[in-house]
Amino acid sequence: MELNLSSEEAAFRDEVRAFIAENYPAEMRVPNPETDLSKEQMLLWHRILHQKGWIAPLWPKEHGGPGWSITQRFIFEQETSRSGTLPPLAFSVTMVGPVIYTFGNNAQKQKFLPRILSGEDWWCQGYSEPGSGSDLASVRTKAVRDGDHYVVNGHKTWTTLAQHADWIFCLVRTDPSAKPQAGISFLLIDMKSPGVTVRPIITIDGSHEVNDVFLEDVRVPVENLIGEENKGWTYAKFLLGNERTSMAGIGRSTRYLERLKRIVRTEVGEDDPTFGEFIKEIARVELDVLALEATELRIVAQMSRGIDPGPAASLFKIRGTEIFQRITDLTHQAIGNYGLAIREHPVSANRFMPGPEYGHTATEKYLNSRKLSIYGGSNEIQRNIIAKAVLGL
Amino acid sequence: MDIQLTEEQELLRSSIQRFLREQYDFDERRKIVATDEGWSRKHWSAFAELGLCAAPFQESSGGLGGGSLATMIVMQEFGRNLVVEPYLETVVLAGGLIEDAGSPEQREAFLPKIMDGSAIWTLAWAEGRSRFDFDNVTTTARRQGDNFVLSGTKAAVIGAPWADKLIVSARTSGGPRDRAGVSLFVVDRHSANLHLQSFKTVDGRRAAELTLMDVQVPASQLLGTEGEGVAALEACRDRAIAALCAEAVGAMSVLNSATLEYSKARKQFGVALGTFQVLQHRMVDMFIALEESISLTQHLNLSLAAREPNGSKLASGAKSKVGYAARFVAEQAVQLHGGMGMSDELNVGHYFKRINSINIQFGDPAYHLMRYAQQS
Repeated sequence: MELNLSSEEAAFRDEVRAFIAENYPAEMRVPNPETDLSKEQMLLWHRILHQKGWIAPLWPKEHGGPGWSITQRFIFEQETSRSGTLPPLAFSVTMVGPVIYTFGNNAQKQKFLPRILSGEDWWCQGYSEPGSGSDLASVRTKAVRDGDHYVVNGHKTWTTLAQHADWIFCLVRTDPSAKPQAGISFLLIDMKSPGVTVRPIITIDGSHEVNDVFLEDVRVPVENLIGEENKGWTYAKFLLGNERTSMAGIGRSTRYLERLKRIVRTEVGEDDPTFGEFIKEIARVELDVLALEATELRIVAQMSRGIDPGPAASLFKIRGTEIFQRITDLTHQAIGNYGLAIREHPVSANRFMPGPEYGHTATEKYLNSRKLSIYGGSNEIQRNIIAKAVLGL
Repeated sequence: MDIQLTEEQELLRSSIQRFLREQYDFDERRKIVATDEGWSRKHWSAFAELGLCAAPFQESSGGLGGGSLATMIVMQEFGRNLVVEPYLETVVLAGGLIEDAGSPEQREAFLPKIMDGSAIWTLAWAEGRSRFDFDNVTTTARRQGDNFVLSGTKAAVIGAPWADKLIVSARTSGGPRDRAGVSLFVVDRHSANLHLQSFKTVDGRRAAELTLMDVQVPASQLLGTEGEGVAALEACRDRAIAALCAEAVGAMSVLNSATLEYSKARKQFGVALGTFQVLQHRMVDMFIALEESISLTQHLNLSLAAREPNGSKLASGAKSKVGYAARFVAEQAVQLHGGMGMSDELNVGHYFKRINSINIQFGDPAYHLMRYAQQS
């Protein structure tokens, strides 16, 4: 499905397409870019986009954004995801960046924003804790003021790619006596500070994406507080809104769906008793993608007329993740007996992996995608949000 | 229709339970999976000493005469503890085929070592393009004097890297998808010109791709009637499905109790997760899925034990129904455990992965749904 583009917009789309084709690093085209690339490799595309001035489509021009219209941003998102480029660090560019330029002071903007854009600083997110998953407002990590510093103690978990991070943005409790939401602050912590320890968490697909981050008497300069003390919940919610709108993942789902069709044609074949079932299921998912894409386009059109989509963003999170889970599930089924095999991590070309190459990541993708309906606010929570904020129940 | 276990069957079950409780907890299992071989000969010997390897075989073969109900009891407990040792491969698949299709000489030569735990076997039926069809065989076996000469490749053979013997399906006549012309052969794993490429499976087992380049097999190692291997494999699959369904039921029951326990203990928004109605209903559906699976698994095992004529259709039906049920339970157990369900550290993800593999082995739920529909 395409937007009705003006001739300038069509030219812009062609420009983006050509730029990706000419500049996307070949060494980033690996079987599973999310797990198979080193930190340096992950940053290659980030730096290329930065040089071009395209690294932060959402950012206002004054802070280093390209100054695109909503439609242009959408075109860029569509083209980059359709062509399977690894998105630049979301925690830096999509999440903490907007918080800093919206709620941070001038010194913070000057210090952090350029380094986020250039990729010099790698950010991770210190939200979840062992006791605070869906109920984020219950965070217990404590920050106690001591002169010009906060002394932070706590345990953050499920911290994505913390092993590479230079900085972590944290929700910390600064007022233990206030109501849960009221006593939280938004603090930026240097990962090199004494007292910060990162411990890997291996997930069921065998990969190392997430971590525990332990904070033990970590001294954080007061100047690293974003906005006002005890107002962190407002900033956190602002950030989560940004996280969810990016979860429709139409480009990625479309790409994986095309791949699934190719695999089914080769692996299953028309004489297989389940071929008809695959065709039916693929059609079903394709219609799900189409409907979600049409919804996204409708929302984009509304946004360009100045209407805030609000909590309807939860709809993208719910359907986007369910669709992608279904596609990875069908792909795993399509490779038949080879679905028993899984690549070992860290990935090495020296290890034998059976079956056709296009099936080598099917098992790990199916397993890994189970996280989608859990993280960023579980899909149950997203349904609660719509029930409450949209339907008024 | 609820199976009342006999005293003997109760004894079998309680002895397995005791052994696994004492010597096969999740940490022990993790250590076993992490070894080079990926399974424990020590535990395997203990299984044999407990009589598990002899349990299903007929008394006339030297077994304990427990039949498919004995297998069901063993596999259900193995499912509860995620046992990785090659019981399905050695006892249910190979042992069952030898007892069912083998000559008296073959039964005498092979079964005692299976029953006393001294020989490990597996079955190599799948090929790269066969999916779940037994007749889709391109590996060939041609007669040459007193030997058959086997050439071709076999895919995703669980247990092959450390098996002593393999049962290999190969075509002695007919075209690639002919039902007739597939034969079974007992092949020594150390045979000349048999090459293995090993890999780890998602559920912690070891498997291999087999390449046979003119492997010489004495004609005496033909198992069953030449050209009628597909029928023998189908009967073997019915037994395998009965065993796998029992294993799935064992795994599901652990997931359900773990999820229930977690939902009572885990607090969010000041209350236990289990107080949310949406999660209550989810767990009710998980409960129903398990109850239906227990019933269908018992029904299948009783039908196979009584050699009822519709056993094979029922096997496909159970593989599909229990497969979908187990998958629902496994996915929801992960979902309701939240991030913890995704971690390698917790046992939940490992049950999830085993259930995944069970669903692939011998045909996935969609395949068996179609087979069930097509069986008259």
